[in-house]
Amino acid sequence: MQKKNHKNNWLAFLCVLAFLALVLFLDQKIKPTNSMYMLMTVLQKGSVYALAAVSMNLLNGYTGLFSLGHAGFMLIGAYTYAIFTIPAASRDTVYQYYDALVRFSIPEVLGGSLGAFGTVLGIALAVLLAGLVAALFAYLIGLPVLKLKSDYLAIATLGFAEIIRAVFQWSKLGPITNGSNILKSFPRTSTFKFKLAGETIKLSTFVPVLIATICIAVIVLLVNSTYGRSFKAIRDDEIAAEAMGINLAKHKMISFVVSSFFAGVSGAVMAMVLSIAQASNFKSAMTYEILLMVVLGGIGSISGSVIGSLLFVAASEWWLRGLDSGVFLGIEAPNIFRNGFRLVVFSVIIMIVVLFFRKGIMGDREITDLFRKKPKSPEKEAAK
Amino acid sequence: MKKFLAMMLALCMVFALCAAGYADNVVKIGVFEPMSGDNGAGGKQEVLGMQYANAVCPEVEIDGEVYQVELVYADNASSNDKAPSAAQSLVSSGVSVVLGSYGSGVSIAAGDTFANAMVPAIGVTCTNPQVTSECDVYFRICFLDPFQGTVLAGFAKDSLGASKAYCLAKQGDDYSGGLCNYFIDAFGKENCVYEQFPEGTQDFSTYITNAQNQGCDVFFSPVSTEAAAQIIAKANTQALGMPILAGDTWDSNVILQAAKGTDLNINVTTFYQEGADAEFDAGIKEWIAGDSVNLANNGGNDELAAVTVMGYDAYFFALEALKAAGSVDPEAVLEAIPSVTYEGVTGSIALDSIGDAVRDSAFVKSCNTETGVWDFVTVAKAA
Amino acid sequence: MNFFKTALPYIISGISVGGQYALIAIGYTMVYGILRLINFAHGDVFMVAGLLMVYIAASFPLYVAIPAVIILTVLLGFTIERVAYRPLRSAPRMSVMISAIGVSYLLQNLALYITGGLNKNYPAIPWISDRITVFGLDTTRVTVITPFLTILLVVALVLLINYTKLGMAMRAVSKDFETSQLMGIKINSVISATFIIGTFLAAVGSMLYFTNYPGVVPTSGGMPGLKAFVAAVFGGIGSIPGAVIGAFIIGIAESLIKGLDTILIVNGAISEQIGLATFSDAFTFVLLIIILVFKPTGLFGEKQTDKV
Repeated sequence: MQKKNHKNNWLAFLCVLAFLALVLFLDQKIKPTNSMYMLMTVLQKGSVYALAAVSMNLLNGYTGLFSLGHAGFMLIGAYTYAIFTIPAASRDTVYQYYDALVRFSIPEVLGGSLGAFGTVLGIALAVLLAGLVAALFAYLIGLPVLKLKSDYLAIATLGFAEIIRAVFQWSKLGPITNGSNILKSFPRTSTFKFKLAGETIKLSTFVPVLIATICIAVIVLLVNSTYGRSFKAIRDDEIAAEAMGINLAKHKMISFVVSSFFAGVSGAVMAMVLSIAQASNFKSAMTYEILLMVVLGGIGSISGSVIGSLLFVAASEWWLRGLDSGVFLGIEAPNIFRNGFRLVVFSVIIMIVVLFFRKGIMGDREITDLFRKKPKSPEKEAAK
Repeated sequence: MKKFLAMMLALCMVFALCAAGYADNVVKIGVFEPMSGDNGAGGKQEVLGMQYANAVCPEVEIDGEVYQVELVYADNASSNDKAPSAAQSLVSSGVSVVLGSYGSGVSIAAGDTFANAMVPAIGVTCTNPQVTSECDVYFRICFLDPFQGTVLAGFAKDSLGASKAYCLAKQGDDYSGGLCNYFIDAFGKENCVYEQFPEGTQDFSTYITNAQNQGCDVFFSPVSTEAAAQIIAKANTQALGMPILAGDTWDSNVILQAAKGTDLNINVTTFYQEGADAEFDAGIKEWIAGDSVNLANNGGNDELAAVTVMGYDAYFFALEALKAAGSVDPEAVLEAIPSVTYEGVTGSIALDSIGDAVRDSAFVKSCNTETGVWDFVTVAKAA
Repeated sequence: MNFFKTALPYIISGISVGGQYALIAIGYTMVYGILRLINFAHGDVFMVAGLLMVYIAASFPLYVAIPAVIILTVLLGFTIERVAYRPLRSAPRMSVMISAIGVSYLLQNLALYITGGLNKNYPAIPWISDRITVFGLDTTRVTVITPFLTILLVVALVLLINYTKLGMAMRAVSKDFETSQLMGIKINSVISATFIIGTFLAAVGSMLYFTNYPGVVPTSGGMPGLKAFVAAVFGGIGSIPGAVIGAFIIGIAESLIKGLDTILIVNGAISEQIGLATFSDAFTFVLLIIILVFKPTGLFGEKQTDKV
């Protein structure tokens, strides 16, 4: 069994590498004016949401802590990334109504001394910092709220997300956050390119996909570690878990902080993909959407969350766009297929999933389980 | 994973096939406008102008060949985070040039997407300086906020005799925030009370009370028409007691309907005064009234909004650019735009080195609350 | 005195908003009391009631429109419970809450589709939307009426709960779901009745609210809904007087914060705007977190113990 697992792991690793290579290849081949570029848009946004959904799943699905504060942590991540990477020369135009307080940009500082490598390192550091700041906030918020039970926890985290949004929009913090105005001009997907032997190599889609892949891989490792098993024990029965010697407060906090760290990273990636960051985008509606992606994919399945969010993004950005613009699958009905119909169809699908397919696409299985022979474990038999 | 990829790729093919299959001589013009959300009503009015222009002149001759002009729409939903993907959908559908948007924030947010694809965009009524100054492919045919703010401040001081102004903008909105900022610069910071309301605010009564309590004598609020209607309703029931001043967004029949029958004094600056070109007015009014959808998009009557007229001019400006480029290739159009000039209904349009229209005059209008139409007040010039 | 004079307009408008929140909050508190479910869709039902009024009043006179809106809204509340919550009665609480979020998402998107995403102007209801003067302040009649109407409805509701058979059943179900079922109480009809009462009050609340703030957009229900829920938690979930008091406190606090800059400036405490109005919504949540951390059962809530 051990050996077989090993083989499977290598196989999964190779698949991921092949996928990354394919993305890199498509990045060079598909131009923004090509109609196929929608695929790239979906991959970019999809990687943001996939990471966000997986990190939410870690908390809601694996630890059983129903938190609705995700948008707040993504906001913190997006802002941290943006504030520390806006080039010094652009500061005055971005902070057009304020005197910018932060006057340096990490990629520029490192790029100055280490060259191109420094720029890349700087961006990576800024992304990491985005996660860390979000994690720090999560720690502080977690101290009071993690004691709360299920739905009180949900509403308290939702409340914190709203408070964070208000604080970031406060005009008195304008020198740091640019008030409620947009932050832009920072390194973003359209500027991720470099010249190699006269050829411009574009990394617009590769970078977000790479970041999301690495982070999701880390979460997979965490879930399969002893921590992961403790999380699941807490989800299944808090009191029994405590009786088994699991420190509830500690493990809940770890799960909350780690989940928020990755939410912060996904916020940073979102800023890269959208090329702007603005607090008003991170409303509770965003949290709900991510939650619905998790539900669609199956609560408690990481590959489910990835598939759920990719499907969600692809359907809403691309496949179902016709529902909004008059023609869908060759049927022309401008009176029915008008603005907003796509979202109605979408929410009906989601309601059907919520009511009749409560397990979502994957249930609590992983995609690797599908390729594996069904293990005849006694508990599965018992479940039937 | 492979299964999934194969599925994805197969789906991509299907959709690529669906997307293909257009006739040869068609040139696509992207319409990047809000059709829902806060600025939805205004965006629809701006689109009406383009649609009318398209109805009047559906063909263009480029390099000796006649092309049908097709308008491709993308709804940016008045939201900065939806703007980039709406812009991307236009770019991917192969447009030669993009028109829009109503509201500056979405244009700033989408600038990067257009620049990345080298597709030129022509702003119609986005007045924030950053739309063009920060983006090489963005141009615009309207005046800018520094000009409009100065004109409004001058009007408030000289014509309304105001000494203390209350400025209300929407939080995170580049249009109202920018305009308030330039207004305050011109009016004097110490004489202004500046507040911002959060998105989704429905209760404007406290802001009205704030203005009254602080002893202001002009209420400057260049916000979206949606918020404007509510502000007017509250100003009326709370007896505001000072003139209201606003920018080009308020030049809309939504405002007229809300203000009709009240005793408010509302003044706006705008791009066009109805009656300046009688023939054009008659034509577009007949066109709007002739179709129930158009009539609904214009807010239920045929009163012209300045943004509609600007939309009309923008369409013809884009056609001129296409002719000058002699090609439907976006990059060729991009190169041609800076030197294009056009004599429009709203005046002559020529661009400066940043890509902004050279305009030195704005119309000031006031709302006649008895008849529900705009009365012409003056033409304000740059100092 | 000067302070009072500058603050009075905000307090009056706060009381009025508070009354409207109270009517929504009752729906939350009753449903939570019985089902232990945060009915996230409640705020959106409130918004739908507003939209129904817009469309019905466009083609029917008000004396038809008002009852029609109330009946249709109640029907909607009843249907939501039947379709989206009842099948999940034995499912984990998280599933039901997700279902509630799904319904909320669906209602908002339907509203977006039907309105085209545009602001709809609420029809003026004569008499209550007239301009009047109280204490030297110009305002609308609805501002003054709301608190009284709210209190009247709440008293009627409390009487219903304390002195009728249905009320007794409701109290029993909220005390112990399973035992009351064993005692022969028809749980499903009690829950339906709860939803009917809750949505009825939300429909009345929407009429008062949108007469005051006459613009209906698909997201109109979100914030008032959340605030009303916070009010319910603040007052002690399950307690109707608690929800009402919580709603008034939140309404007044919110309104005062919006005007706090002005009040402070006029009274000489600060010299320029500091933008506190930004926190008008967030303050509600600060209150929520404070109460949850220090007195999780709210002002009037009963203590609960977890059953293993």
